[in-house]
Amino acid sequence: MTDATELTRRTRELLAAQPPASTDRIDFLKARFDAGLAWVHYPEGLGGLGAPRALQAVVDAELEAAGAPDNHPRRIGIGLGMAAPTILRYGTEEQKRRFLRPLWVGEEVWCQLFSEPGAGSDLAALGTRAVRSGDDWIVNGQKVWTSSAHLARWAILIARTDPDVPKHKGITYFVCDMTDPGVDVRPLRQVTGEAEFNEVFLTDVRIPDAHRLGEVGDGWRVAQTTLNNERVAIGGMRLPREGGMIGPVTRTWRERPELRTPDLHQRLLKLWVEAEVARLAGERLRQQLVVGQPGPEGAGMKLSFARLNQEISGLEVELLGEEGLLYEDWTMRRPELVDFVGHDAGYRYLRSKGNSIEGGTSEVLLNIVAERVLGLPSEPRTDKDIAWKDLAR
Amino acid sequence: MSAQPDLLYSEEEDALRAAVRDLLADHCDAAGVIARVESDTPHDLPLWKALAGGMGLAGLLVPEELDGQGATHREVAVVLEELGRAVAPVPYLTSAVVATEALLECGTEDLLSQLASATTIGALAVSLSVPAGSAYKVVRFEDGGLHGELTGIADAAVADVLLVPADDGGLYAVDAAAATVTPQVSLDLTRPVATVTFDGAPARLLGDAEPAVRRALRAGAGLLASEQLGLAEWTLTETVRYLKERTQFNRPVGGFQALKHRLAQLWLEVVSLRAAARNAADALANGVDADVAVAVAQAYAAPVAVRAAEEALQLHGGIGMTWEHPVHLYLKRAKADSIAYGTAGAHREALAELVDLRAP
Repeated sequence: MTDATELTRRTRELLAAQPPASTDRIDFLKARFDAGLAWVHYPEGLGGLGAPRALQAVVDAELEAAGAPDNHPRRIGIGLGMAAPTILRYGTEEQKRRFLRPLWVGEEVWCQLFSEPGAGSDLAALGTRAVRSGDDWIVNGQKVWTSSAHLARWAILIARTDPDVPKHKGITYFVCDMTDPGVDVRPLRQVTGEAEFNEVFLTDVRIPDAHRLGEVGDGWRVAQTTLNNERVAIGGMRLPREGGMIGPVTRTWRERPELRTPDLHQRLLKLWVEAEVARLAGERLRQQLVVGQPGPEGAGMKLSFARLNQEISGLEVELLGEEGLLYEDWTMRRPELVDFVGHDAGYRYLRSKGNSIEGGTSEVLLNIVAERVLGLPSEPRTDKDIAWKDLAR
Repeated sequence: MSAQPDLLYSEEEDALRAAVRDLLADHCDAAGVIARVESDTPHDLPLWKALAGGMGLAGLLVPEELDGQGATHREVAVVLEELGRAVAPVPYLTSAVVATEALLECGTEDLLSQLASATTIGALAVSLSVPAGSAYKVVRFEDGGLHGELTGIADAAVADVLLVPADDGGLYAVDAAAATVTPQVSLDLTRPVATVTFDGAPARLLGDAEPAVRRALRAGAGLLASEQLGLAEWTLTETVRYLKERTQFNRPVGGFQALKHRLAQLWLEVVSLRAAARNAADALANGVDADVAVAVAQAYAAPVAVRAAEEALQLHGGIGMTWEHPVHLYLKRAKADSIAYGTAGAHREALAELVDLRAP
C-alpha cells in the first residue's frame, strides 16, 4: 500500500536524483512521470502508483516546497482533464503508453473535437462522418468552439460511423492527428474581439483504426467519461475568499470610495455573500471528492459560477461609471490561455457571457439536475428510435 | 483564516441525525403538529423531554462536568437541521443554544447543569428580532427586583427561567413564575413569542449582559442557518415528491420544464445553503472566523428558506393553500426565521464592516 510516508520518501528521492535547480524542466517532468509521481492514482508505469487520489496533495506540496517545475496544468487542461481519463479507461495498452507521458509532461497539447455548428446542446446529433477504408477511417466534417486547436498535436474526436441507427448508437471515438493535411484550423472571433477558440474543418482526414478509443459505435458512452471528468475538474478547484470574479470589484470598491453609491453597495454585498457561499459549496464538494463520496453538487457548481461571474462583472462595469464606457482593446488577438486575470471589467463582462453556454448551457444543466438529481420526468424525446439520417435538420 | 473549515458530516454526526430523525418520525408528525398549535399548549413538551432529557441533546454545548455532553456547535447544527425538517415545536434553539450560550459566557454553573439535564427550560429575554451587536430593550433593576416589559420573547411560554438584561448592564436570572408571561398571537405557530412583564420580580445577577447577549445571539444566528436548511430541504423534497405524483394534462406536473428548472434552481440554493450552514457551525465550534461565517450564513439562509417554502406552497397549487397541508407551518417558520436574530439585510450590513466593504 502506497501511503503518505512512502510518497514523501519517493518524492524526496526524485528531488535528490533530479535537483530542480540544475535539471531541465522537461527532463524533470519526465523523471517525475517515470517515478509514478505525476498523478499518483494512475497505474504504475503510466505516471502513477495506484495510490488514493487524495494523496497527490502530499506529492504536490513536497515538490512545490522544493521549487520543482510543474507541467503548466492550465495550458494542457484538456489533455489532463478530459483526454487522459478517457484514454486510461478505454485505451489499449499501446495507446496508453504512446499518449499519456507526452500529454502529462506537456510536450503534446490536446484539444477536443466534439461540438459542431449543428450539434451544440444536442451533441449526439453530430454529423461529422468517419468512413472505414481498410485499416483507416476517412473523416469529413466541421467542428467548432475548439480551444487550443491551433496549438494541439492531438485531438479527441467523436464522429458518426453509422447514420442508419439512432443518433447515440452510431458514434465512434477517435484520437485525431492535428498535423494531418486534411485538418484546417481557423480562428473563431468572439464578442470580446479576440479568438481563443477555433473552427476546425476536417477534409478526408485519415485516422488509423489503431487510434480508435473503445468499440465502433460505442463513442457516446466513451464520451461520457470525458464529459464527467470535465465536471470533476471544475469542482476540484480550491479558491481563497474573494478568489474569483468578486476579487477585482471588491478591490475597486475599497480603493475608490468616490465611485460608491447606496444602490451599488446593496448589490455588491449581496453578490459578495453569494460568491462566498458558492466558494464554500465548491470547497464542500472538493472535500467530498477527497474522501471519495462525491455528491451530485458538481452539476450545480457550474450554474452558480456562471451566473455569479456574469452578475459580478456586470456590476463592476457599472461601478466604474464613465470608465465603464470604455473597452480595453478590440483588436483581433490569439490568447494562449482563457483567463480573466489581467483584463478590464468590460472584458470580464463579455467573456463571462460564455460561462453559461460553454461546457453545457445553464438550461441543459438545469434539466440534468432536475432529472438525474431530483428524479423528475425526462423531457419528451422524439429522436430516440429514429435513425440519425432521418432526424430533422 | 488559517485552517480550512470541515464542511462535511462525521460518522458520529450522521448517527446523531439518524437517531433524531427516528424520534421525530415517531413523535412529531405533521397532522399532530397542526392539531397541537391550535391548542392551549402549542409546545410539545413530551417531545422536548424525549429529545432533551432522554437523548441528552439539551446539554450538547455544556461541558461534561456540568452534566452536559461536551459536544460542539457542529452536532447542535445537525439536531437543528432535523428539528427544522419536522418544524418541531420545541424550545431547542432558544434554551439549548441561546440561553445556554448566555450562561456559558456568565459561567453560571448551577443553571447550566439544570438546562443541560433538561430539568429546566431557559429563555433569553431579548426580542427574537434582535441581531448580535445591536441594541436591545432592558428592564429596570430596582430594590433587588426587575420592573418593566419585554416583547417578542421566543418560547417564553414554556421557559422556567428567564435571562433578563437590565438597565444597570447586568444579566439577571428570574424564575418565570415570578414574571407574567403573556403569549402573543404569533406568525410562527411552532415557535410563538410572548410578552414578559416584571413587577418587582426577584432577580439574581449572573454577569455582564452585553457580552453574554452578543455571544448568545451570534450562536443563535449561526445555528439558525441549519434549522433553515432543514426547513428548505423538507419543502424541496416534499414538493419534488408531490410533483412526481400529481398529474394534469395527462402528465406528471413535475415533467414540465418550467417547473423542473425552478426546482433545480432551488436545489442548487439548498446545496449552497448546506455549505454555508456547515461553515457557520464549524466556525462557531472552532472560534475561527465566526463573525464572518455567521453573517454569511444568515445573509444567505433566510431568503433561501423563505423562497423554498413559498415555492412549495405555489407548486402544490390549491392543496398548498389549505390549513390541512403542513406547508404553511414551514412558510410561517421560514418567514419568522428571516427576522429572527437579524434579517439578511442586517447581516449584510454587519459584513460591510467585517470584510471592509464600506457604505458610500
